[in-house]
Amino acid sequence: MIKLEKVTKVYADGTKAVDEMSFEVDQGELCVFLGPSGCGKTTTMKMINRLIPITGGNIYIDGVDNTKINASELRRNIGYAIQEIGLFTHMTVGQNIETVPVLKGWSKSRRRERAEELLELVRMKPSEFIDKYPNELSGGQRQRVGVARALGTDPPILLMDEPFGAIDPINRVELQSEFLKIQQKIKKTIIFVTHDIYEAIKMGDRIALMKDGKLVQYDTPANLLYRPKDEFVEGFVGADRALKGLQLLRVKEVMTGTYATAKMGEKTEVVRERMEKEGIDWLPVVDNSGRFTGGVSISDLTGGRAKTVKDVITPSEAKSDINAVLNEALSLMLSSGLKTLPIVVEDNRLAGILTFDAIQETLHEAVKTGGTK
Amino acid sequence: MLEAWEFILRRPELLAEWVLAHLWIIFVAIIIAVILGVFLGIFITGKGREQIADSVLYLAEIAMTIPSLALFGLLMLLLGSMGLKSIGFLPAVIALVVYGQLPILRNTYTAIRAVDPAMVEAGRGMGMTERQILFKIELPLAVPVIMAGIRTSIVLLIGIATIAAFIGASGLGVPIFRGIRNARMDLILIGGISVSILALIIDGLMALVERRITPKGLKVGRQ
Amino acid sequence: MRRWIVLVVMLIVMVGLTIWTTSVGDIGIFHAFTYADIFTHTKDHLIMVFWAVLIAVIVGVPLGTLVTRPGFSRISPLVLGGANIGQSIPSLAIIAIMATLPFSLFFFDFGFNRETAIVALFIYGLLPIVRNSYASMNNINPALIESARGMGMTRWQIIRKIELPLAMPVIMTGIRVSTVITVGTAELAVLVGGKGLGTITFTGVFAREVLLIIQGAAPTAFLAVSLGIILESIEKWITPRGMKIKVKNS
Repeated sequence: MIKLEKVTKVYADGTKAVDEMSFEVDQGELCVFLGPSGCGKTTTMKMINRLIPITGGNIYIDGVDNTKINASELRRNIGYAIQEIGLFTHMTVGQNIETVPVLKGWSKSRRRERAEELLELVRMKPSEFIDKYPNELSGGQRQRVGVARALGTDPPILLMDEPFGAIDPINRVELQSEFLKIQQKIKKTIIFVTHDIYEAIKMGDRIALMKDGKLVQYDTPANLLYRPKDEFVEGFVGADRALKGLQLLRVKEVMTGTYATAKMGEKTEVVRERMEKEGIDWLPVVDNSGRFTGGVSISDLTGGRAKTVKDVITPSEAKSDINAVLNEALSLMLSSGLKTLPIVVEDNRLAGILTFDAIQETLHEAVKTGGTK
Repeated sequence: MLEAWEFILRRPELLAEWVLAHLWIIFVAIIIAVILGVFLGIFITGKGREQIADSVLYLAEIAMTIPSLALFGLLMLLLGSMGLKSIGFLPAVIALVVYGQLPILRNTYTAIRAVDPAMVEAGRGMGMTERQILFKIELPLAVPVIMAGIRTSIVLLIGIATIAAFIGASGLGVPIFRGIRNARMDLILIGGISVSILALIIDGLMALVERRITPKGLKVGRQ
Repeated sequence: MRRWIVLVVMLIVMVGLTIWTTSVGDIGIFHAFTYADIFTHTKDHLIMVFWAVLIAVIVGVPLGTLVTRPGFSRISPLVLGGANIGQSIPSLAIIAIMATLPFSLFFFDFGFNRETAIVALFIYGLLPIVRNSYASMNNINPALIESARGMGMTRWQIIRKIELPLAMPVIMTGIRVSTVITVGTAELAVLVGGKGLGTITFTGVFAREVLLIIQGAAPTAFLAVSLGIILESIEKWITPRGMKIKVKNS
């Protein structure tokens, strides 16, 4: 989707801001550019939509060299949200969101419809907010409008430069979680710039850690945390990274994705056989459309006159969202007494399970690789 | 005072003529001044023109300190040496344009410069062309400040246009000028009072326009 | 750097025009004014401006300060509104109206004389000083005053040690603006009996001789520009050093 090939930026005075940076961001992935200030992360991002002209190498978007596309045209097809948000104070919320649709010549009704849709998406009531002015909104609300505006014409790519940077810590965490939910729905290819490691690990599918204009490590959050490539990365993620992992890793990173399930209508014997074969004593139960509905343990299935799973199911509320933070899930497991925690995505669909073993394994791995110090 | 009143009752058409001439000269001058001032103001905000902007603004600042009567004198000389009429409407309008565009130029420049860079970057990042950024973001946000500049300019011009009578232009300066030459207190009073009233009325009207023209989003307070 | 070039070129043009017009000798049927004439009129001009601005400062700064005090909050809109309205009235109108006021006040006999001219200039020059004094004194961070009071300063000490130094640069700007305006208005003051470079200019105006007008206009412009520059440097010099340091963003 986005491919950087030896991307270099040398300023007129000779300073090298970005030095032969090469990597690829896949479609639908949220890629975080992380690093201390002055590492070139923002510069790199701005070269993607050509706000900063590239001086060496190439950036390909869907295989097309971005310098071959007209700059304004290119930018209209890439959503853009920045830390200061930059909402136009003389325009209403609606007009702000309709900026790019207007530039693209959409009809009035289509624009309005889109603005309302986007406000819904960022959980702001259209009827209440569409005619308000930015100065009438709170910081968090403005940030949401900023995100909605970036999504104006449904661009496949989104560039976000510390989009939650100006928000207080509590609202920030909430906005991050909300944005992750939105991303699950819209599946955009996103470049997300931040200097906050907590944010990076929470948000990113992949993290590009940069230093002095160079790419140091390009990896998943878990790998960055537990398999730091060198001392700089180790120092950057911090010495307490084994524990940080609990706080920062998402359930998604640790859970077992492909896992045996039991269907509501299945015969108990079949399910018991499956469990015996796999050597486990608990299975999550899903309905016909894959929604998680409860669990069965092997003791429920032995003996008795039950014909189908439906008769023996234990309806369970304890479950965790796939994007939940690992320590939240762990705390849930400890308090509910479950050794296996079902993991769901949107619509309560079962996505996998989380076990103590998996968590322990992850932590152990961390200790193993992190013990070199 | 009484004599002045009597004069107005006797020759109302003369007063009307002076007022109209006064307004006309200002009208012509301010239109040219707005076009020039706004255009130049926009021009010097351009990239890489910081040095030019600094010089132009400084020149404007100094030019404003030159007394209007002195400026009239200098202009008469300049026009005369170019073979143009150095007395009457033309030099008056030119002097008014020179003066009048300075507050407009300065305010245009300052207002555009004061636009939050985040808005400009957001606009550019969303694919606005430089022209669209100017017309959709910078200028609408600058309008109230530019209007304030036009208001300052008009009030200034009302005063200077009075002095223009000394170099042969028509307007409310004429009765003052004649009154002083012929020791006619009634004429001096008519000129002085009418031009004061005119200035106050127009200033008030401009204040209203200024308020009307401010985009609504800039008026609402932050929660 | 470029600013200096702009300024120097401007001043040279003014001086050059003065020298040129003075060296012509005869202008139409008139003799050009001599350097001695120009010098005398410049001196008179400056004296008139000096008195007018001095009185304006003596009256304007306390007045502007006074209306910021709590007890005077009721008359402050009156004073400021008056100042604002007064500013939009053309200077020539004020001078003209002053000329028609034949009455006596204290030891002044208003009419066609220098005192009338100075009073007219004073009235017009008062406005920027009052306005800037008010704005600067009103703008001082209340936390500073409170902490000064908390440290046991008296009311007078607060004014003298905290408020005035902080307000000084803006007050000085008011004085500069007032001076520059007064230099220009003083040229018109000959119409009500003042003395100064206006005498030369108006000789030219009434005789319709451009070169004579220039003989008065060029030195006036020179005075206005150079006084503006001098007062601006004083303004910078008088600004407390701590206020000149810009806060750096990290």
